[in-house]
Amino acid sequence: MNDPMWFDNPAITQQMLPATIETLLMTAWSTGLAVLLGLPLGIWLFTSSKSGIKARPALYRVLSLIVDITRSIPFIILIIALIPFTRFMVGTALGWQATVVALTVGAIPFYARLVENSLREVSEGKVEAALMMGASNGQVIRQVYVPEALPGLIGAATVTSVTLVSYTAMAGAVGGGGLGALAISYGYQRYQSDTMLACIIVLVLIVAVIQFLGDRFARVVDHR
Amino acid sequence: MIELRGLRKVFGDTVALEEIDLSVPAGEIHGIVGRSGAGKSTLIRCLTGLDRPTSGSVAIDGVDLSDQAGAEMRQARRSIGMVFQHVNLLDSRTALNNVAHPLQIAGVSKAERQAKARELLEFVGLGDRVDNYPSQLSGGQRQRVGIARALAAEPKVLLCDEPTSALDAVTTDQILGLIRSLRDRLGITVLIITHEMSVVREICDSVTLLAGGRVAKTGKLAEVISEPGSDLAKDLVPLPPVGLDEGDTVIVEASLAGSDLPTVLGSAQSVGVSADSILAGAVETIEGRQIGRIRFTVPGADKSEELITALEADGIYAEVALK
Repeated sequence: MNDPMWFDNPAITQQMLPATIETLLMTAWSTGLAVLLGLPLGIWLFTSSKSGIKARPALYRVLSLIVDITRSIPFIILIIALIPFTRFMVGTALGWQATVVALTVGAIPFYARLVENSLREVSEGKVEAALMMGASNGQVIRQVYVPEALPGLIGAATVTSVTLVSYTAMAGAVGGGGLGALAISYGYQRYQSDTMLACIIVLVLIVAVIQFLGDRFARVVDHR
Repeated sequence: MIELRGLRKVFGDTVALEEIDLSVPAGEIHGIVGRSGAGKSTLIRCLTGLDRPTSGSVAIDGVDLSDQAGAEMRQARRSIGMVFQHVNLLDSRTALNNVAHPLQIAGVSKAERQAKARELLEFVGLGDRVDNYPSQLSGGQRQRVGIARALAAEPKVLLCDEPTSALDAVTTDQILGLIRSLRDRLGITVLIITHEMSVVREICDSVTLLAGGRVAKTGKLAEVISEPGSDLAKDLVPLPPVGLDEGDTVIVEASLAGSDLPTVLGSAQSVGVSADSILAGAVETIEGRQIGRIRFTVPGADKSEELITALEADGIYAEVALK
């Protein structure tokens, strides 16, 4: 521990901060986009399911299949498979911006499934009550399902975000940038145990903060 | 105000409702009673258009819900206020915003609907709980909010589905009192679905008994209750259960309908059955008439026949209740 080099190497002193920022940017962007796109997909899944307010079993099966297929592809393979799409979207397959594309594609179906399950928790009586007040399907979704399921939807976003942090690290293996890239190229390939350790500590901290904020936020909106 | 004609509802092979004819005039409180599976819930769902009748018509204030769809159906539903057993308030909204919800759905401006909701919460006695969430209210308070919400869109008809089944006795009385005062003050027509006979006795003007998806009996409460020997009357004015110990004893039950207590007792006395032989009795005065039943215990079949003959000679319905 008295080794003057310990935690004093350029990988940590110079690259740690930008790598952390990249990881945070990747996580924030992909969580934001996944929630933005996964929420409507989850609502669509739920409303078209057998117990939904607009049951369309054939559509549900198709949507469900797409979601399951996407979710069953290991993330590291998904990144590589998506390279042409990523190039088309952001012009490059390298760096954190490119990783956001793959992260978002991977997280949308993940979040959508969690949304579907959260909406299923809303009691049928509340929905019937709104229907009997003359609410349209759109009003039932906006005024009953989403607000009543909000604590669950926030919890689902938290889980998605935490999962995305670990996915950013995986993306580091294929030129994705961020703390994962730093840990792999310095901590693993150059045997810098201190870099590895520092990356792990920061990643754990990021996850802890996300979880804390998510729980906090969910509690604030939970009036049950 | 509420008119059901030849209502029939079939689910697959099961007939849930058959030949339901029912008419509730404006300003009346009508009770629908029946065991589980008698078709009460299906009836409510047909009334609100959540289920479409297989045949027959459901008209509320002259509007037939069974042939509405889409926006018109949603519009028509606003003329019905619905009170639920489990209240079904939104946990994410304060009492005020729960009551304002029907108006929000109808597109009323925020200021206007909140003013109306505040007024309604005052009306149900919760003027000081407007900003509370449902989880901060007691069961009875929640049901009051539910009733205020049902009134928000100024419906002509209030449908109550087991409104007090989840409440204790004292709270039940308060809620029933509130419903009665709504009728008296707003002239609203009320349909109460319940399995609690006490609710019917307490506030209903008229009652319908559903059994096996059909109307088993319907009429004014006083008439139904005073009909001699009717099962509904027995359910509405229950006697404590009795067991029989001695071998020869017979229990004779006399109905007070169309008579009164002194006449029954006098009649019994004339064949030597004294007031000492009264085993149980339930007497209530409804609309100025004594209604109820008296059970006598008499020794042996001969004596019981003598008593029944004597009672019937005085125009009193009597029957052997237990042998």
